[in-house]
Amino acid sequence: MARWVDLSLQLDPIAINTGFASLQDQPLAYLEAVQLSERDRSLLAGEMGDAQRIAMELLIAVGETDGAQHLIDIEAAHIDGCSYHGRAGVDFAQMLVDGDGRVEVPTTLNVASLDLLHPDLYKGDSAVAESAKGLMDHYVALGCRPTWTCAPYQLQDRPSFGQQIAWGESNAIVFANSVLGARTNRYGDFMDICCALTGRVPYAGLHTDEGRLGTIQFNVVVPSSILDDDLTYPLMGHVLGQVAGSRVPVITGLDERATEDRLKALGAAAASSGAVAMFHAVGVTPEAPSLSEALGSAPPLHVTDLTVDTLRDARRQLTTAIGTLGAVSVGTPHMSFDEFVSLAALVEGRRTTVPFYVNTSRDVLDRAERAGVMTPIVAFGVTVVTDTCTYITPIMGDIEGDVMTNSGKWAYYAPANLGVSVVLGSLADCVASAVTGSAVSTGEWS
Amino acid sequence: MRVDQVLVDGVAAGEVLALDAPLSFWGGVSIESGRIVDPSHPQSGVSLAGKVLVLPHGRGSSSSSSVLAEMIRIGTGPAGIVLDEPDSIMVIGALVADRLYGTRCPIVVASTTPEGGSVWRINGAELESVS
Repeated sequence: MARWVDLSLQLDPIAINTGFASLQDQPLAYLEAVQLSERDRSLLAGEMGDAQRIAMELLIAVGETDGAQHLIDIEAAHIDGCSYHGRAGVDFAQMLVDGDGRVEVPTTLNVASLDLLHPDLYKGDSAVAESAKGLMDHYVALGCRPTWTCAPYQLQDRPSFGQQIAWGESNAIVFANSVLGARTNRYGDFMDICCALTGRVPYAGLHTDEGRLGTIQFNVVVPSSILDDDLTYPLMGHVLGQVAGSRVPVITGLDERATEDRLKALGAAAASSGAVAMFHAVGVTPEAPSLSEALGSAPPLHVTDLTVDTLRDARRQLTTAIGTLGAVSVGTPHMSFDEFVSLAALVEGRRTTVPFYVNTSRDVLDRAERAGVMTPIVAFGVTVVTDTCTYITPIMGDIEGDVMTNSGKWAYYAPANLGVSVVLGSLADCVASAVTGSAVSTGEWS
Repeated sequence: MRVDQVLVDGVAAGEVLALDAPLSFWGGVSIESGRIVDPSHPQSGVSLAGKVLVLPHGRGSSSSSSVLAEMIRIGTGPAGIVLDEPDSIMVIGALVADRLYGTRCPIVVASTTPEGGSVWRINGAELESVS
């Protein structure tokens, strides 16, 4: 049935000009579609300030899009809107700050465009840096925690199973739903902060039980040893995203070797090549004790086998290399503590011959430093990047040659964002290549 | 024809650009030029500016809202968007651009979509051929 929102009711000329018009004098027809609580109506009436009112207006409009009947409370939020993409993002955040906005729930911040701990790494335009810093300051002023990480699930106080949350950042969204069993839709920039300011989300999609059921099935049919190789997981994710689009896939054939870090890599790749916001891995992820439970006892709409051949194709698609190795970049999404431990063992007593970047959060870096894990990594010659990532801001400078990465997501976006050619390999491949100065393949995929 | 759902109401006309694959605005489009820069996209190099963009659904980054809003602000964005399923990441980008700058990029969901090259107009809940 056709449902539609007449936005002319919400976006009158005064609202467009000032951003602060009131809805009080307007017909309430559109309010009927999404049922509002008394508190929702109070926010909408501007009784808790202009920022909260604007947030509620936008929340309702998007709720209509999602087909929501009502709003529900959330317990936490994660904001992707703090990364700078031009003036629109700054103008919006400024409007919320001017409207005395303050987040209602504990709210973390995603990677931004600057590394505040290592500002000298930035090689871009200084005016852009100033705007990017202004945007970061706005979100802190709204009460968000300056965590600056795309992997908020690595923070100590991450969401727990069943919690309703509103997260931005595609890889964080898919991890929260799939691995933690917390519940979030795919929230874009602007919407994320609207949820945080109101403490509410439209009840639809992945917030509901039925929205979380898998509808398509992927069977992993590879020799068991392939599942020991880190590289397998971003390759699976890449195929998953291409085939699944925005549907919820169910994967069979994975086991306990699919660690959190490997599921991170899988999900990030799937949310880059597709719009995957949740997947199930039978026997591994918390809402998939069995195939039939993950599918809600319904037959899958589509079944795809993930074979060595399909994964090899994915690797070819994610590799644009032309020859010499110019640099290595790992930690997309941000490197976890466990990955630092693995890296420390791989680099012990060795030295990189090319620039080697590791992206991580300031929180994980602090833990790794205190645990003494960083000593061999620093001696190896890495450049640690916090608060941001090498593929979203000018840090790497002009690279002579290909860039090797262990991230399907980095491999997907870097050619367009940075104009570089990419080689995809495991973390062990990345270290071995950095030592020899040319791309080598060491594991099951060699 | 009547659309299935109006996500962002408004009027916009332009040459139809029908994409053969989903697109992530962030990382997939140049804000400055409006062109598709994702090298893996079948229509890489094509400009979205001023077009009635027909695409299956969004993909990838949640920053695509910001990118769409910024493209609408500087005039490199599509005139309007026709989707085959709702995409709230695009909707919030268009709503915010409208609120901040008064530039409306209507977004509708339609099961039958116009073909590339022809000129069409999104007019509220109607999708009309102009050429």
